[in-house]
Amino acid sequence: MSGPSTYVPKSALGRWFESRLPVMGLVHSSFIAYPTPRNLNYFWTFGAILSFMLGAQIVTGIVLAMHYTPHTAFAFASVEHIMRDVNWGWFLRYAHANGASMFFVAVYIHMFRGLYYGSYKAPREVLWILGVIIFLLMMATAFMGYVLPWGQMSFWGAKVITSLFSAIPFVGDSITTLLWGGFTVDNPTLNRFFSLHYLLPFMIAGVVVLHVWALHVVGQNNPAGVEIKNVQRDAVPFTPYATIKDSFAVVVFTIVFCWFIFYVPNYLGHSDNYIEANPLVTPSHIVPEWYFLPFYAILRAIPSKLGGVLAMFGSIAILAFLPWLDTSKVRSGAFRPVFKVLFWVFVVVCCGLGYLGAMPAEGGYVIASRILTLLYFLFFLSLPFIGWFETTKPVPATIADAVLAKSGGSVALAGAAHEKP
Amino acid sequence: MLYIATGAAAAVGAAATAWPFISQMNPDAATIAAGAPVEVDLKAIPEGGIMTVKWRGNPIFVRHRTAKEIKEAQDVNLGTLRDPEPDAKRVKKPEWLVVVGVCTHLGCVPLGAPGQRGEYDGWFCPCHGSQFDTSGRIRQGPAPSNLVVPNYVFNGDTRLTVG
Ligand code: HEM
Ligand code: FES
Repeated sequence: MSGPSTYVPKSALGRWFESRLPVMGLVHSSFIAYPTPRNLNYFWTFGAILSFMLGAQIVTGIVLAMHYTPHTAFAFASVEHIMRDVNWGWFLRYAHANGASMFFVAVYIHMFRGLYYGSYKAPREVLWILGVIIFLLMMATAFMGYVLPWGQMSFWGAKVITSLFSAIPFVGDSITTLLWGGFTVDNPTLNRFFSLHYLLPFMIAGVVVLHVWALHVVGQNNPAGVEIKNVQRDAVPFTPYATIKDSFAVVVFTIVFCWFIFYVPNYLGHSDNYIEANPLVTPSHIVPEWYFLPFYAILRAIPSKLGGVLAMFGSIAILAFLPWLDTSKVRSGAFRPVFKVLFWVFVVVCCGLGYLGAMPAEGGYVIASRILTLLYFLFFLSLPFIGWFETTKPVPATIADAVLAKSGGSVALAGAAHEKP
Repeated sequence: MLYIATGAAAAVGAAATAWPFISQMNPDAATIAAGAPVEVDLKAIPEGGIMTVKWRGNPIFVRHRTAKEIKEAQDVNLGTLRDPEPDAKRVKKPEWLVVVGVCTHLGCVPLGAPGQRGEYDGWFCPCHGSQFDTSGRIRQGPAPSNLVVPNYVFNGDTRLTVG
């Protein structure tokens, strides 16, 4: 959308360096001159919030690793040592544990945003799929991180989730043995989970680079769902407009994050995880972390082991097919009356599954989980048909028209004031 | 031809190099050695009682069944079972049932204290509600198969070795 070649460093040293490694030009074209649609709302700040959270998790994680011991005999005690003895240890651990939750809050908002505004549609399919891959890596990372404190929930969560693989016909048991490095979740398992928990965030960072790269090739979507046609009229330069707005959103988000760290640090956690792991006793009510609850509800809704596992993985995998399931020509949900209703039903279904995932698997809860699981999949399967019969509202021709329709004013050529074409 | 030969050699080399990296994940020699058999003193288990011993990191249930429990286990119509197995094939002596205490659904430890044994007098798994009978067979819930019977031998009348 904007070439890297227009940037010329001001200093002689800068020019000398730029002709050898044009990294400043890359930054300039990606984060300064980059044209962003002028109609973006605050839902578009969650990308920046997610980048911030990834950084926060890596920084807090690396310092925690300086005090943590990945051994079944010491892990639980070393986390208590972090909480009681290490300077600011309580803060670092609470920041990391709640940081994982905030990371998921942000990613879910980010994903629902993409769903509502049709950000997965051509030409953004690869961008969307990279996002699904990041989501999977995040889930793996958070799952393995939760095992590290070696509490009861850590242990039994690890046991149940690794046992999912035993549902695979014929090779399932060999796979679980391979994952455990033993006959059950034990020291070898804890050790490798620590190694992988350290590695995966950096793999996420790598995929984030691809994600942003793909974004900067196809450009950002926006609430109107129409592409930038005239950079002068439809877009504003990334800096200062997006930089300031993103920074402001990150600050507001951090206030919420801090509220959790300083006022209710254990609200999102589970008290059973302050009991050391005991391989002979399962707690009477095991639940995963809140961000896995909807998927856990789907797992439990199906009365067959293999079926439940397939439904659970399927509920995530189906996201990757979204670009081809949705047949509508109109991108933004704002102009799709039927889709809009279904979208909100889907949001409610997901929250409902989250609630049911935390409830015991009995009686009415099971029946409700089955109904909601069915609705979850029906949402995706209905998309091809809705695209065919839905009568959409008129879509503005350009982003500028969409802004004008809303404000009734005239569009100043903000782009022209700050960016030399 | 030369390309195919080179490519094939490279593929074999890559697979051979990958092998140690995969194989190191499997249980190491120390883990396997630590799984040595364990002895159980049967005198310590009263009739109707269940003792839990640890073998290879997993709980093993040794259950001293009452006459009523034995009868319940034997009287079941096998046709109604998800994983049909006669009780006689699951025990060596009717009063002693030995099973691995790991739910065949997703690995939780089923509850077996009196009053928590579920509708079939056997075990109840708190995780997703599987119910097992007095022979450790799956009767209800998501578990696909019966509790596993490990290798064990009786040493005389009062001792048993699992493993
Ligand atoms: C994608 C980013 C990350 C996520 C979502 C994440 C998630 C988690 C979670 C949920 C826990 C359990 C917290 C608890 O309940 O105590 C945890 C623990 C831990 N994580 Fe991370 N983590 C991330 C990155 C990292 C990185 C880069 C490191 C660097 C080594 C790290 C090191 C640790 C350590 C040492 C623990 C154990 C201490 C503790 O339990 O607080 N994490 N992580
Ligand atoms: S682990 Fe026992 S019912 Fe799921």
